[in-house]
Amino acid sequence: MAGRILQHVFLGLVGLFLAMPLIVVAGVSVNEKKSLTFPPDGLSLAWYGELFTDPGWRGALVASLLLAAFAAALAVIIALPLAYFLWRRIAPWANVFRLLGVAPFILPPVITALGFLSFWATAGIYGQPVTAVISHAIFFVTLPLVTISLGFTTIDRALLEAAATMGADDRTIVRTIILPLIVPYIISGYAFAFVLSLNEYIIAYMTVGFTVETLPIKVFNALRYGYTPTMASASVVFVLLAALVFGLIARFGDIRRLLGAMRSEG
Amino acid sequence: MRREPPRNAADYAPIVFPGAMLVIFFVIPFSIMLAVSFFRRNPAGFYSPDFVFDNYARFLSPFFGSVLGFSLLLAILVAIICVAVSVPFTVLLTRASRRAQTLWLVALLSVLSLSEVIIGFSWSTLLSRTAGITNLFVAIGLMEAPRALLPGFGAVLTGMVYQALPYTILILYPAIVRLDPTLMEAARTLGASPTRAFFNVVIPALRNTIVATLIMVFVFALGSYLLPQILGRPRHWTLSVLITDQAILQSNMPFAAAMAVFLVLISLALVGLTVMAGGRREA
Amino acid sequence: MSGLELRDVTKRFGTFTAVDSINLNVPDGTFVCLLGPSGCGKTTLLRMIAGLEEPTDGSIVIDGQDMTPVPTHKRNLGMVFQSLALFPHLDVGENIAYPLRIRGIDSVKQRARVDELLELIHLSGYADRGISQLSGGQRQRVAIARALALSPKLFLLDEPLSALDAKLREAMQVELRQLQQQLGITTIVVTHDQREAMTMADLVVVMGEARIRQAAAPVEIYRQPADAFVADFIGSTNLLDFRTDGAGRLEVLGGVIAGLQAPDGLGQGRISIRPEDVHIASPGEGHAGTVTFVRDLGGTIETFVNIGGTTIVAVTTPRDRTGIKAGDPVGVVFPPEACVVLAR
Repeated sequence: MAGRILQHVFLGLVGLFLAMPLIVVAGVSVNEKKSLTFPPDGLSLAWYGELFTDPGWRGALVASLLLAAFAAALAVIIALPLAYFLWRRIAPWANVFRLLGVAPFILPPVITALGFLSFWATAGIYGQPVTAVISHAIFFVTLPLVTISLGFTTIDRALLEAAATMGADDRTIVRTIILPLIVPYIISGYAFAFVLSLNEYIIAYMTVGFTVETLPIKVFNALRYGYTPTMASASVVFVLLAALVFGLIARFGDIRRLLGAMRSEG
Repeated sequence: MRREPPRNAADYAPIVFPGAMLVIFFVIPFSIMLAVSFFRRNPAGFYSPDFVFDNYARFLSPFFGSVLGFSLLLAILVAIICVAVSVPFTVLLTRASRRAQTLWLVALLSVLSLSEVIIGFSWSTLLSRTAGITNLFVAIGLMEAPRALLPGFGAVLTGMVYQALPYTILILYPAIVRLDPTLMEAARTLGASPTRAFFNVVIPALRNTIVATLIMVFVFALGSYLLPQILGRPRHWTLSVLITDQAILQSNMPFAAAMAVFLVLISLALVGLTVMAGGRREA
Repeated sequence: MSGLELRDVTKRFGTFTAVDSINLNVPDGTFVCLLGPSGCGKTTLLRMIAGLEEPTDGSIVIDGQDMTPVPTHKRNLGMVFQSLALFPHLDVGENIAYPLRIRGIDSVKQRARVDELLELIHLSGYADRGISQLSGGQRQRVAIARALALSPKLFLLDEPLSALDAKLREAMQVELRQLQQQLGITTIVVTHDQREAMTMADLVVVMGEARIRQAAAPVEIYRQPADAFVADFIGSTNLLDFRTDGAGRLEVLGGVIAGLQAPDGLGQGRISIRPEDVHIASPGEGHAGTVTFVRDLGGTIETFVNIGGTTIVAVTTPRDRTGIKAGDPVGVVFPPEACVVLAR
């Protein structure tokens, strides 16, 4: 009995540790005056308004959303055929590409960022928005690659054989069986890449840091050159966005399985 | 639709685009960085092609040595704290209801996806004098007046543990969720208390997983580039911070590249160790 | 006309031969059961007929046409898989309509055909149900209806009933046989259950170690097994070594079976006699033995008799309940007309 209580206290403490900074930031974000005090001095949602009305903050928000949307899409476009090929074909050499798809995510991000910096500088298109999209897509390709590969392993090959006996050629099987079954995993992969791209700082900074201001770059600059509660409201919006996306994945998909639990049932 | 080796051009088609993208935008940038690490710095532009070891020679300075030593120590400390907290946490998590697990996982993923910028900002606020936790201590009478808890080593360590904790839990989750629950029960029926069963049964069963996780978290912590800047003093800067600093602010790409190559080597060596630990587990 | 013809069909995986030069001629409209222990190559053979495996050698002729190089999707067959392979993202109606849909048949005709098939399998009104809402037997029927949607020339089933419980399995065997007779479609079922094969098949093909051991009607397989493997695999039997004496009479367990002659030139071999054919008589008749155990199952009685160290099983019905018990001396008679003489 005492052990059970102790366990709950432990879980609660970890939860508190994880939530504490976010609670403070949320508190700061509703300050009435332009100061970072907690508990908040008065109550106002003005700083959330500024996120959408102030051209600088709105621009950063739009830039981040666009970057994340395009980068995640490109990551999926790279990951889907690769995962399909690795699943469909017996080709041990192709695992090199699986490794290449996972490597950027395991290595310290500074390294990948620096690689992109030297590459785009050499290519002579340093600072173009498209460089950030491609860089993020490569950096986060791991996420759709892992989720979609997992999706393929869940497809019972007898389903494909059954479709073939009923007269479906390979192309029809892909269209009518494989794609419908893999779509939830594509969406999860996209969502993971989207949220992480939204929050990514160092690669965005090293590729387009001097030409485009994404929200994390803007928050960092504000951190250095003048605090404003808007950065708190921006942070809160990002946390909520992440929670919303992952919540949707959990609602409509099987997040436990995506994260490695082998069986989906209780 | 049999799984078979590719035979004609159409069979190879799906891998062409992903393969090309990964080679052009990952392998080539990496190779360029490797090349740049042997280039000479050019104060006028970025760098000029050359083949010198000067950039690597600078590693031998006492300054670089102390930064490297500090980076490694910090990452080790973060890894140990995270694993020590995460193992019991994840064991408890996997025994919670399915619904509770899902909620926790959504929360952990949300925190994990947070930008280092936002984590740094949140902790700098929490540890500040005006909005920080000390105000709470004052309110309940523990302290006389609020004070700032940063910059300092404690702040850097706390921030990095915060950043790495969800990562650690999510690495451990698949291994622990597959752990046979009857193992603990068997130990319990033999008269072990829950705590003893945990240390005598769960920990040994997870030994290789724990070693692998320590290394993964270590590499993850090694990559932290903003928190030491935001929460610490310059003497708390790590190799990652130094690389960013040299590349962007000092415009010394060759030296930054050399440090990056060095960091890759350390990381690869450690990932190799992880794979070996994993291989032993399967054997 | 021939529904299916297999000519020297062989499949090797590396050095392992899964199917070894099989020859078989299946007349149109026949119900065939491929029967054998696991690993005998029966599933591989079925998959080759479906085009899901490529034969290493030989050819497969369906309806007079050599189908060996034709890919699965052009073979016009219906197949039910062991796992059933119902599409989880489609409902019952969509599953059954799948082969119609991918051929671009218009939706009104699809609907009509689906309704017709649902009626055939006694599941009218189930079109909009999800697959997960069905019971095991219902899923089984949906898989069958789906395979029959295009009225294929050949109907293949791989261990189709193995997931069902014993009672449902027996009911489905009868249902499947009636369905096949109604449609007159050439049907091939893989099974390891000899009772299932006996219930359904016109032609039972017993396979063992990659080869056909015997292909015949169920009763013939039972009464006239071609070899000891078949005799032992189908039902239970007493397999006894024999020698011939100078006059060509068979000597078994130290006694001669009167009226039984070995084929010319066969000096030794085995005879197979079914337990229900063994006759327990009074001591002095036939071979002398001692009863070791009596298992009275109510419906049948199994008597175990030891004759010189070999155990013989005899099965009788309660009508002949004799009151014999363990330890009693008895005479055992092997009626010559019930003995099947086998080469070793």
